Amino acid sequence: MRRAGLLVLILAALASPSLASAADAPARANLPEIEDEVMCPVCGTLLGLSHSPAAERQRVFIRRLIDEGKTKEEIKDALVAEYGGQVLGLPENRGIDVWAYAVPVAGFILAIFAVLWGIFSLRRRRRREEDSPPEAGPDQEDSDRLERDMARFDL
Amino acid sequence: MNLRTSIVVIAVAALLGFLVWGLVKKGESSLPVGEPVPTATLPTLPEGGEGSLADYRGEWVLLNVWASWCEPCKAESPALDRFESANREQIKVVGVDTKDLSEDAMRFLREFNITYPQLRDASGDYTDGELKTTGVPESFLIDPEGNLVAHYSGPFRDEAAIEAFAEPALEGQPGPGEGQQKAAS
Repeated sequence: MRRAGLLVLILAALASPSLASAADAPARANLPEIEDEVMCPVCGTLLGLSHSPAAERQRVFIRRLIDEGKTKEEIKDALVAEYGGQVLGLPENRGIDVWAYAVPVAGFILAIFAVLWGIFSLRRRRRREEDSPPEAGPDQEDSDRLERDMARFDL
Repeated sequence: MNLRTSIVVIAVAALLGFLVWGLVKKGESSLPVGEPVPTATLPTLPEGGEGSLADYRGEWVLLNVWASWCEPCKAESPALDRFESANREQIKVVGVDTKDLSEDAMRFLREFNITYPQLRDASGDYTDGELKTTGVPESFLIDPEGNLVAHYSGPFRDEAAIEAFAEPALEGQPGPGEGQQKAAS
């Protein structure tokens, strides 16, 4: 019984470093995930949507790198080296494509300004309301008319 | 016209301008004959060097755009290779491999025993963007001054079709650019 316990302890001690390193290692790349993140340069669509001969060759290339144990980022780098940056389907940082990056940033900044402006104007309005004198009640003439009307309608 | 109306009018005009500009750009579907063919410095195949169409200024050039995954390119390759061997004194054949894996492209060159110079346009920026190709294979006949003489989309049927396409070069005719210059002088 003691021997069996000792054996279990030894096995656990041996297994723990390999389990830890397995947890630390990056997840193994897989084809469907990469297909959804890269373009078929010939078809102009996501690789996952294309079955052209060029796309099939691209898949063969990716599968081979997966089998070689390359990570997703390494495979994407290899695709960029083969086909250029457009294979990632990201807008370039020049020409009209710059707008793809500039518009969200500008929109975010504008949204912050809009929120700040809204907060300040709300506060200003509240302060103005607090500072303004309470509204005067009905004058004597209106009060008399109200009394007459109430008496007339028997209220 | 108040400020708000002016802003709306300007925005609509800008939108229409963008649309017209896009349509005009899209309408430029192919390179005009007689105009200079754009050049770009590209890596060579096999890798390790750089080359450009401009390197062949002063010579007739048949620029052939191809890819290893393209079946019609495979079909025309033997005829193109025979044409190049028979006519290399009169015309330079230059290949441009596009949107292709370099390994596949090299295998293609070995398979068809192609020895004429090759450039590699991995992204297709030069072929699609500058040469305005719409597919592969496509061929361009370029005169010694770098002007486009003729353009052919699709595979050449046989060697005779290539000779017919390259006739001005084989007969030593002046290109359209040369002709224009002579007419002007």
